[in-house]
Amino acid sequence: MSKLVKLKKGFDIKLAGKAEKQIEAFQPAQTFAIKPTDFVGMQRPKVLVKEGDTVKAGTPILFDKKLEKVLYAAPVSGEIVEIKRGEKRKLLEIRIMADKEVSYEAYDKFSDSDLKSLSKEQATAQMLKGGVWPQIIQRPFGVVANPDEEPKAIYISGFDSHPLAPDYGVLLKGQEKFFQAGISILKKLTSGQVHLNLDAQSEVSPAYADVQGVQVNKFEGPHPAGNVGVQIHHIDPINKGDLVWTVNPYGVVQIGKLFLEGILDASKLVAVTGSEVNKAAYVKTYVGANVSTFVNGNLKSEHVRVISGNVLTGEKIASDGYVGYYHHQITVIPEGDYEEFLGWIKPSTSKLSFSKALGLFSFLNKGEFKVDTNTHGEERPFVVSGVFEKVLPMDVLPTYLFKAIISEDFDEMEELGLYEIIEEDVALCEFVDPSKNDLQEVVRNGIELLMYS
Amino acid sequence: MKALQNLFDKLKPNFEKGGKWEKFYTLYEGHRTIAFAPDITTKAKGSQIKDAVDLKRVMITVVIAMIPALLFGIFNVGYQHFIAVGEEATFIDKVLFGAMAVVPTLIVSYAIGLLTEFTFCVIRNHPISEGFLVTGMLIALVMPPYIPLWQVALATIFAVVIGKEVFGGTGMNILNVALTARAFLYFAYPAQISGDQVWTYLGDKAAVDGFSGATALSVAFQAGQSGEPVTAALAAHNSSIGDSLYSFANMFLGFIPGSIGETSVLMILLGAAVLVGTGVASWKIIVSGFAGTYIMGLIMNAFAVNEYMAMPAHYHLVIGGVAFGIVFMATDPVSAAQTESGKWLYGLLIGFLTVIIRVTNPAYPEGIMLAVLLMNVFAPLIDFYVVKANKKRRLQRATV
Repeated sequence: MSKLVKLKKGFDIKLAGKAEKQIEAFQPAQTFAIKPTDFVGMQRPKVLVKEGDTVKAGTPILFDKKLEKVLYAAPVSGEIVEIKRGEKRKLLEIRIMADKEVSYEAYDKFSDSDLKSLSKEQATAQMLKGGVWPQIIQRPFGVVANPDEEPKAIYISGFDSHPLAPDYGVLLKGQEKFFQAGISILKKLTSGQVHLNLDAQSEVSPAYADVQGVQVNKFEGPHPAGNVGVQIHHIDPINKGDLVWTVNPYGVVQIGKLFLEGILDASKLVAVTGSEVNKAAYVKTYVGANVSTFVNGNLKSEHVRVISGNVLTGEKIASDGYVGYYHHQITVIPEGDYEEFLGWIKPSTSKLSFSKALGLFSFLNKGEFKVDTNTHGEERPFVVSGVFEKVLPMDVLPTYLFKAIISEDFDEMEELGLYEIIEEDVALCEFVDPSKNDLQEVVRNGIELLMYS
Repeated sequence: MKALQNLFDKLKPNFEKGGKWEKFYTLYEGHRTIAFAPDITTKAKGSQIKDAVDLKRVMITVVIAMIPALLFGIFNVGYQHFIAVGEEATFIDKVLFGAMAVVPTLIVSYAIGLLTEFTFCVIRNHPISEGFLVTGMLIALVMPPYIPLWQVALATIFAVVIGKEVFGGTGMNILNVALTARAFLYFAYPAQISGDQVWTYLGDKAAVDGFSGATALSVAFQAGQSGEPVTAALAAHNSSIGDSLYSFANMFLGFIPGSIGETSVLMILLGAAVLVGTGVASWKIIVSGFAGTYIMGLIMNAFAVNEYMAMPAHYHLVIGGVAFGIVFMATDPVSAAQTESGKWLYGLLIGFLTVIIRVTNPAYPEGIMLAVLLMNVFAPLIDFYVVKANKKRRLQRATV
């Protein structure tokens, strides 16, 4: 049964610099990197290659000693130029200098009819080998799924409601066949259903139009309607002991390609967005691309922050850093390290705010906002109540959950629904918090307490 | 502005670790962040942008919401004075007289309160919090027109230290800080804050013959005792010096004696509009607070055994400090219920308790202060059950 869920709570952040729906021919990226830090919950990364080795696209280069079966593969063919480590030899990046022409590691190739007869074990084995398994994230906790477990259901959020998020219609253009194949494979991995959750307010993109074998649900409302965690909460919430998996539509396509073509095709479209780029558009590249060729010479101002991902859940990277494994977007916004005279009281229509407190007239401004990285205030204890509740469309009491985590009360964390939440679900809470607490970090700390205790 | 920034930069080394005033770093930082919004940026991971609102802005919004009540209060202190002493006076005279009585109280409350706050910040080395911006104003507004300044100072210190700092500072207190100050005075120095003599400031002049300083609440209570209809008693009050001083309209507009900020329901509603419009205070608490007062008034009417109980329910909304208490005290987010459904019950019970205390308790003519304090104490209990219901829903889901 198709389900329509209308969400009222939430907040759409309207930023300047949305990517035009066209593919811009930026200079191609030369180097690519896999960053173990992108895989939340990876505890003991082990590198399988040495500096100077040559790899093909799809060659395993990394695994986690705690989850040995899952291999992480090179997105492009080329030479391993650097294995970058930080303090205490923490593995930070494996950098690959790409060949001009990408060559692929060959995996088993299946026709449409072969796929039907493929067993769950065969499918899993190919996915693990071929390096597409990390596309599967488990809930609770939001970490890479364990192939030995079986989820109750698999959820795919078909749209991204984050600020300046890329349009999946563009990302998935021409990939219909692979998307369908990916779905067929995922169906084998669960005894339950595969849910595809779509945006009720926009047209169904062609990639989703004729998909077979999925349960389609529609969601309407402001961000975070596109967050898969919020969607799961309204379809079949996660209880203690439950296990579900989530996959990004791009991951589904990658899985489909691995089976239909026998290669790991890590090519993807990345949206270059933000108020500080001259040309906001999509660029065709591969997973883990170096952003310098997209950013340099494309900036309106000097003092900027380059973010891999969106402004709510993304991560600051250097202007020659690498796009995160799961990201389809980079955002460039002004850095906000300046003092503003009486900035806490000055009236303004150009300062973006969810609140309407003194002088904040942004609700009158129907246009797009240019927002910098200033926190607009210092960290304080929780004082104002009822704000988080307005931006979290779940039957969860966020303030109490945060307090339970901060005080490390395990029972409370469980009972108040930490199993249903990961960082991205509270990103808006973090944004609107007048006390400027780092709530995504709080949630991750709580999850780690639950996971490793 | 550059000059000011440079001055701060020049002073900074003295306050940093190893500087001669390193203990006072929090004061330096506090003042600098008042002059300039700080240059802090978001962390590398997590939300890269943050909302333009912060606690300073939230608090100053509340202060602005109280300004109509304060200005009217200043005028009204003068207005009541000249009625009581039977003199004609111009508007300017009234305002000046009122300001002379009110402004010192306001200054003392802010100065002493901030001093206490700063001392604690330095001792405990935590950042200066914005909470006192609101508390300082609230304390002044709930004082009678004239009160010895040392009492204001003492009450402020008590409230900040015992009401707030011992619990860990702003955001951690159980009771509303300003009401703690008032309750302290109420029980420690009742002569200066209760009875019929303190609500009109006479200065060194004598009141005209036949003047009674009784507030509307006390008139109503007396009427209940003597069996006279309350509305009649209010109408007849002080009729020797003016007609219908305690008419419903006067009580709504605020031309009656009382604490500085509490008399004008109109001005308080103006403040409420600011608070609700900006989303700073919970409209649920305000609506349910007034509803609770009115409903309990109606219940009292239904079971009336004396004239006070029979007083029309809407009178409860305009006499005494109900409006002020509900709009500015009950909505304090720290001491109120924090769950959305809890807020309805919290407000409703404040209204109920206020009327019950007023009508049935001979010792306390006004109930709002005790009702709010009592519900401050019970708010965590309300929240406890709301939270428990949430947990139970989650648990039931799991077993189905």
